[in-house]
Amino acid sequence: MDAIILQILNGLDKGSAYALIALGLTLIFGTLGVVNFAHGALFMIGAFCAVTLSKLLTLSHTVIDETRTDFLGNPLKVEVPYVYDVFGQATGDAIIDWAVPLSILFAIPVMILIGVVMERGLIKHFYKRPHADQILVTFGLAIVLQEIIKYYYGANPIPTPAPAAFVGSFDFGALIGFEPGQIIYPYWRLVYFAFAAVIIAAVFAFLQFTTFGMVVRAGMADRETVGLLGINIDKRFTIMFGLAAAVAGLAGVMYTPINSPNYHMGMDFLVLSFVVVVVGGMGSLPGAVLAGFLLGILESFASMREVIAIIPGINQVIIYLVAIIILLTRPRGLMGRKGVMED
Amino acid sequence: MFGLDKKDASLLLIVAVLVAFAPFLLNPFPEGSAMAQFNAGYPDLMQRFVIFGIFAIGFNILFGLTGYLSFGHAAFLGVGSYAAVWMFKLLSMNVLPAIILAVITAGIFALIIGYVSLRRSGIYFSILTLAFAQMSFALAYSVLTPITGGETGLQLALDDPRIFGSATTADGNIPVPGLFGLEMRDSMELALGGWVFTFNFGYYFCAIIMLVAFYLSIRIFRSPFGMMLRAVKSNQQRLNYTGLNPRPYTLAAFVISGMYAGLAGGLMASMDPLAGAERMFWTASGEVVLMTILGGVGTLIGPVLGAGMIKYMENIISKINSDILHGWFAFLPDGLEDLVVTMIYPFIGKGWHLTLGIVFMLVVIFLPGGLVEGGQRLARLMGRKKAEQPKSAKTEPAE
Amino acid sequence: MSKGNLTRRGVLKTGAVAGAGLVLPTYLRAQESGFTNAPTGSTVTLGFNVPQSGPYADEGADQLRAYELAVEHLNGGGDGGMMNTFSSKALQGNGILGKKVEYVTGDTQTKSDAARASAKSMIEKDGAIMITGGSSSGVAVAVQALCQEAGVIFMAGLTHSNDTTGKDKRANGFRHFFNSYMSGAALAPVLAANYGTDRKAYHLTADYNWGYTTEEAVRTSTEAMGWETVGTVLTPLTQTDFSSYITPVLQSDADVLVLNHYGGNMVNSLTNAVQFGLRDRVVNGKNFEIVVPLYSRLMAKGAGANVKGIFGSTNWHWSLQDDGSKAFVQSFGTKYGFPPSQAAHTVYCQMMLYADAVERAGSFAPCAVAEALEGYQFDGLGNGPTLYRAEDHQCFKDVLVVRGKENPSSEFDLLEIVEVTPVDQVTYAPDHPQFAGGALGTCNNGA
Repeated sequence: MDAIILQILNGLDKGSAYALIALGLTLIFGTLGVVNFAHGALFMIGAFCAVTLSKLLTLSHTVIDETRTDFLGNPLKVEVPYVYDVFGQATGDAIIDWAVPLSILFAIPVMILIGVVMERGLIKHFYKRPHADQILVTFGLAIVLQEIIKYYYGANPIPTPAPAAFVGSFDFGALIGFEPGQIIYPYWRLVYFAFAAVIIAAVFAFLQFTTFGMVVRAGMADRETVGLLGINIDKRFTIMFGLAAAVAGLAGVMYTPINSPNYHMGMDFLVLSFVVVVVGGMGSLPGAVLAGFLLGILESFASMREVIAIIPGINQVIIYLVAIIILLTRPRGLMGRKGVMED
Repeated sequence: MFGLDKKDASLLLIVAVLVAFAPFLLNPFPEGSAMAQFNAGYPDLMQRFVIFGIFAIGFNILFGLTGYLSFGHAAFLGVGSYAAVWMFKLLSMNVLPAIILAVITAGIFALIIGYVSLRRSGIYFSILTLAFAQMSFALAYSVLTPITGGETGLQLALDDPRIFGSATTADGNIPVPGLFGLEMRDSMELALGGWVFTFNFGYYFCAIIMLVAFYLSIRIFRSPFGMMLRAVKSNQQRLNYTGLNPRPYTLAAFVISGMYAGLAGGLMASMDPLAGAERMFWTASGEVVLMTILGGVGTLIGPVLGAGMIKYMENIISKINSDILHGWFAFLPDGLEDLVVTMIYPFIGKGWHLTLGIVFMLVVIFLPGGLVEGGQRLARLMGRKKAEQPKSAKTEPAE
Repeated sequence: MSKGNLTRRGVLKTGAVAGAGLVLPTYLRAQESGFTNAPTGSTVTLGFNVPQSGPYADEGADQLRAYELAVEHLNGGGDGGMMNTFSSKALQGNGILGKKVEYVTGDTQTKSDAARASAKSMIEKDGAIMITGGSSSGVAVAVQALCQEAGVIFMAGLTHSNDTTGKDKRANGFRHFFNSYMSGAALAPVLAANYGTDRKAYHLTADYNWGYTTEEAVRTSTEAMGWETVGTVLTPLTQTDFSSYITPVLQSDADVLVLNHYGGNMVNSLTNAVQFGLRDRVVNGKNFEIVVPLYSRLMAKGAGANVKGIFGSTNWHWSLQDDGSKAFVQSFGTKYGFPPSQAAHTVYCQMMLYADAVERAGSFAPCAVAEALEGYQFDGLGNGPTLYRAEDHQCFKDVLVVRGKENPSSEFDLLEIVEVTPVDQVTYAPDHPQFAGGALGTCNNGA
């Protein structure tokens, strides 16, 4: 029982990462109709916003410590972050410690800017081009973004820990009458889950309850008619693109303490996020979110020893297997709209 | 000629001549000169050009004609190579049975996957093929290790049975693939002045097969069957209303293109008897998609050009290192030399991916029809009015 | 192999008749030299085939640095590094056999196909006489087989799987790096001494060949010490979030978690395991412990503070205090400003060993070089007295058991050496069951 509860928690946690990435992708891909292979790169850049901010915060000047030596026997050069000089060591440490949450504030404008520039500078010209061309140009862009990050940060993962306050685990089991220590879950993963829920809710609310959202939804359904009504839908689509980039970026920022980011993490998630969006159904935001959580939970269950013992290798293929089954039984995925990218 | 109209025949002829003289054309720079780094006329890369050309030609039969974008085509290539290597292990080192089995196995595989995947269209089809390919990769890398060799790939061993051939050579090594005594790696070299040209048997073997494959693809493009496939692409619904069921046609195209992939896989294993699971990873499937788009979707020669372009970058640009750069610019004053090298350095060697990405973007932005369009524009610029491509060969890229 | 060959540009650069057109069936020229890519001019070309893109790109970059350093030293530049401490004094600092060492580089992409393509281009196009490098066993095994076929020597880089010198060994391939069995044999006694002999271990294993051999090695060695293995789970290579593999550990009664992962997998699984508070757990009255059989300092950096106190094994570490290591660290650190990794060390040694073997054999012919390396005993390359065993072309030397350092003094100072396990303890018979199957075959000189 407790094993199952834990796997459900794992699934929700993985699912929230999948759902967040798929949500951003489906805004661009499912609704604007652009096959965006650079979406994974946006997620990765989000994560590197966190890396960059913590690098900025620890920007240092060197002080030579004569009492200690480095590996070559020369006097040790100690790096002293500038924040120490400004705020003193204690406050400075606290600020560095909170780099990841602070990155959210840093990442939102950066990601919106990247999204808008990408749309205005590149994607705009590809709305009417065949999907094949969109694939090529966004794939090219993804490689370029990835290589730029690799050039500056190297290929190895870079540890970006959560603030000390979030280290450790929350004991769920004790809450509902299990033995202590049986059902525990790391704080940061719970934060990630809550954060994802908030973002998803915010995006839905934005599209559902604001005039802007209404126009965008109308534009998704019938872009031409909305244009004929004298509404500048292009501008709104640009903003949607910025929003999608921001969602992907925030998913990346918050993900860094869970797994150390590296330059190809976007590609690792890319295929998966396409699968999630399509399984959820093209053009459906709730579908993407639902599919994200569903695949997350199923993946978690498939990795249990008991399950692998019955079907060896199931943990390797579960996501794809489920995708095939769903697409064969439900022609347009879970909640897809008719006629979106079907031909 | 061969039942082709004049334009197609001349295209085939041009390709045949290019392929036959590739060892010269790809080695334009004298040996030992600074530019020799850009020579691509060595057997392995030439073989790769034509093998990936076959792969892309086959992919284009599906994607270019029907507009069905398969994102799992590498699975057929992988299955083909595994089948071929198994033939080398069990039967003999003759490449013919290996290649035939590779094509058949890939065909059967394609029939099964195609039958299931073609129940959906558009992006749903793409994801289905992707899912099948990813499952093949994941299983081949892990639980199927006894059959596929897993991480290290399936390779030959000294104790393989090889019932129709010798298990080992006289001096105790693993025999190499050949065709009735002629080894695939046999080469002749021609030294002309400072130039060295290599003529490799394996390359010409692949090249002949590619020409046959290319010829078949022209015939398919021009046949009523090809017309039917184009009809599927332009409006499937209308086709349905005329009382025609497009499924058998698309399935046939899918299987044919899967067999092309299997053929490419079989040839790859024949040139280099090892089959790795990475061949089936989604990036490999993506690569053939990119090759086709880069060259020009729906054109006859485009996919081959795209394949050549990507393989060239992967094998030539990645090998340029800072040492070579310094060698090139040694004539500059020291400070300037360092500056130039620093500026170029990010784009070569380990930065070859960056160059690749930039090329993708530039091509698709400035040449919407891919490299073929670039060639056409160049031809027009040269003042030659005659169109390079027969009109009917240019179909609209898939939506 | 009478006439098959891979082309030899080295011959042609200098030896071909200039000006006159000349078609030569290759076997004619083969007889001049007797082996593939025989160097005829004043230079010899070596091929450095390392991952330059993909997850191991940083390890590849470090290997390339070591290669460049080795080439500099072989050609008589720099401070000579480990050439001064190497027990063999055959190397003069005038290149190899008087020929200046030149090199070409390539990108393996950590894919066996790409690695072979790259190696082939070095052999066919650039005339490389020896191929070396790599940062994974899949690539090492694939390239080793290629070199056997082509008739050049392969000096493996970082490859830890038993198979490289076990079931996939080849006569033209040589490995300096240690292997899974040695890791297990070295780790087990240290683990027993620190954690006791009454432990229940749970293995998470990367689901591919290297993972299998490492799990087997660690399991056999620890079980021999009295540990019990309560569970083993295979994890997909492409897995990034290991939470669903970690939580079942909480449910089991295991008190040790062994992570048979490398590279990105290791960084993520270790980070996740620590996230779930495994290190703070107490099971069966004992502190829960985590073990990482194969450590890489470059990768450990990616896991940050999570490596603290965690045991593992490594081939070499820059903090070693023998003369060879000190000379190498000095030389590398002076040139690049940071200490070398184990990947850099092993390839530097491989270069020295190859060059030395050529000098001693007096020939570049692969079979002569192989003969010079087989059964060769040497010292002064940082791992103490070492034997290149003739039966399987594996180096036998001391193995380091290390632990993540609690208070690192710099970003390089992540690991501390707990014990230098003497070579006797990690030596095994050539026909050991973990290495069974496969045969070296005979060495191949190529055409």
